[in-house]
Amino acid sequence: MRFFIRLLAVLLTALHPAWLLAQSSDQAEMATGLRSNGLIWIVVGVILIILCGLLLYLYNLDRRITNMEKEQ
Amino acid sequence: MINQLHKRWWKVLGAVLMLYTFTAGMMIQVPARFVLHETIRNLFFHVPVWFTMILLLLVSLVQSVRFLRTGKMVHDIMAAETAAVAVLFGCLGFLTGMLWGSFTWGDTFSWLFADTKILGAFIGLMIYAAYFILRGSINDEEKRARVAAVYSIFAYMLLIVFIFVIPRLTDSLHPGNGGNPAFSTYDLDNSMRTVFYPAVFAYFLTGLWIASLRVRVRILHYRKHHINVL
Repeated sequence: MRFFIRLLAVLLTALHPAWLLAQSSDQAEMATGLRSNGLIWIVVGVILIILCGLLLYLYNLDRRITNMEKEQ
Repeated sequence: MINQLHKRWWKVLGAVLMLYTFTAGMMIQVPARFVLHETIRNLFFHVPVWFTMILLLLVSLVQSVRFLRTGKMVHDIMAAETAAVAVLFGCLGFLTGMLWGSFTWGDTFSWLFADTKILGAFIGLMIYAAYFILRGSINDEEKRARVAAVYSIFAYMLLIVFIFVIPRLTDSLHPGNGGNPAFSTYDLDNSMRTVFYPAVFAYFLTGLWIASLRVRVRILHYRKHHINVL
């Protein structure tokens, strides 16, 4: 478990140093305003909450089935 | 694969990669392109769904072949359940593609026939719908398993032809088909690949997790009736 958390931390920092850089001006319209005032984090937060909920649900199902297997 | 059903490491890996995909997929810098704009990020969410469907069906194919070789019912159970989850991912792929395509390709009503790859994927899903109808129509379990296993070998070959071969021979709006370049031209510095490939693994492992739960419930059901499928 701890190994995977470390792996994630390494991935997050090593792969995307460009996260904090401001977006250079491009012709095609992108959501730069959304990111500059930080609101995109709220969307990411909402997504992560939903995802965590779903994954926890899956984990609970897994545990319940394990219990049923042990009972038999 | 049976001894992996209760292992935890790949489920944790899938969950971690899933969290990574949804965070990095929203946050990394993506190439600015006309028409696509920010929807280019759907590469991290829409495309892996289809990859997962194809990979899960490959698992189903392998399990079908293993059933034919060994005659163990557990392989039939695994083949059926991975195919069921794969169809679910295929439906999600259709829904997300409809939404994305209606805004970037501007075609909402004739979406099924607007693109060869969409029609091909639809036919592929129908072939697997027939797989479940076939399974449902045979009562004898051994016979069902054998017929379904043979059918699924043909079904997978047809799916590959309809999704990967025919769209390359004709016109298609999908990147990488009909003479179109794949996403390497949109993604010059390869930064999108750092999210795309983990996303494929994340969806695939999560799909396998769901399928493994379904398999375990089926095994429990058999065991309740004192039938050993292992």
